[in-house]
Amino acid sequence: MKKAISVEAAIEKIPNGATLMIGGFMGIGSPHRMIDALVAAGKKDLTVIANDTGKPNYGIGKLISSGQVKHVIASHIGLNPETQSKMFSKHISVDLVPQGNLAERIRAAGFGLGGVLVKTGIGTLVEEGKRVIKIDGEDWLLELPIFADFALIHAHQADYLGNLAYQLTATNFNPVMAMAAKVVLCEVNEIVPVGMISPNDVTTPGAIVTELISMPHKHH
Amino acid sequence: MKNTLSPNEVIARRVAQEFSEGMLVNLGIGLPTQVANYLPKNMTVFLQSENGLIGLGARPPEGMEDDDLTDAGGTPVMAIPGAARIDSVFSFGLIRGGHLDMTVLGGLQVDSQGKLANWIIPGKMAPGMGGAMDLVSGAKKVIVAMQHTAKGVHKIVDECTLPLTATRPVSLIVTELAVIEPTPEGLVLKELAPGVTVDEVIAATGTPLIISQDLHEMHLLGI
Repeated sequence: MKKAISVEAAIEKIPNGATLMIGGFMGIGSPHRMIDALVAAGKKDLTVIANDTGKPNYGIGKLISSGQVKHVIASHIGLNPETQSKMFSKHISVDLVPQGNLAERIRAAGFGLGGVLVKTGIGTLVEEGKRVIKIDGEDWLLELPIFADFALIHAHQADYLGNLAYQLTATNFNPVMAMAAKVVLCEVNEIVPVGMISPNDVTTPGAIVTELISMPHKHH
Repeated sequence: MKNTLSPNEVIARRVAQEFSEGMLVNLGIGLPTQVANYLPKNMTVFLQSENGLIGLGARPPEGMEDDDLTDAGGTPVMAIPGAARIDSVFSFGLIRGGHLDMTVLGGLQVDSQGKLANWIIPGKMAPGMGGAMDLVSGAKKVIVAMQHTAKGVHKIVDECTLPLTATRPVSLIVTELAVIEPTPEGLVLKELAPGVTVDEVIAATGTPLIISQDLHEMHLLGI
């Protein structure tokens, strides 16, 4: 059995300068309570690995707006003009990675692979500084794993053991990120007793979830 | 007779004809999304949304939106019966692994070899490539749906001056003026929109076109 901890206590584990994977896709399936707590705690010089940076003052965009991020690895920042302007003014460095390559690089880190060979990005700016490997006469781009110190993820349900089930398009990068960080912090829509999530529906086993964030207090 | 459809409607209606029963297709955000409005009513196709859904539906009725069910732009959608939820790794496995029958994307430039640029204008606009590079590299068929020029500036050019999305040539370019197919010999003009002449297309194109022996007028469903 895990002991759910407060969102503030979870965020307190994160030092300045940490590398964070943050789940979600345009804020859908992002750990919004943890993002708010990161802002409140004023953690700084963060590296954020995520699909996107949300919108200004929304989702991961809150961390961009508050100036807590120094480096971003993402596939899309188009809906957050603030990330783009901070990139152009060199306040934030941004690595733009094709979305599929990003998913595979995170997967490589979590699944013990030394890298992945892909076609995506060959002959484009993405290839710069990377190795192209010829196999049977065909060129492949070597994409290396991306690891994180912490994965901040969101799931629909957790049971008391930390087994996680996801819901619809709020799934996205959360399951793969849970595999690729040393510490996995998870917030959920609801925490249910063990056995209420069918073994068939557990996508992330509790064994790899470090901390479960307790539910916000309700007034009864 | 000049047609009275808007440029985007011409493009969307023409692209819709590339669909066939049972296809798995990814539509980009913006103009490509409009294609879904013109699919034959009795045709079952599965629209993939790269954020993790096969079987993307229309917008839900007002007040019925689900925070956990959106398209890749974050807009609430419905899922059609038979839909499946997938995670990001699986979603791009479908795209990269050759399981996606077709993708429709917008474009900033396409060159004489059919290479597409559609993700960055260095120094000005850097939205990022999102899933575009994976889609153009991996889908069986890649259709570029875009207006023929950008306020008179050529978008179909000898060589892309903007950074490429992929080196793999696209399959078809559909604009409000014409349908153009990239081939090893060059760009082939295959169809003209109603009321549009060959000279008009040539003038709006920044690279030589080969006129198809079979050049004909675009058939626009439902007109």
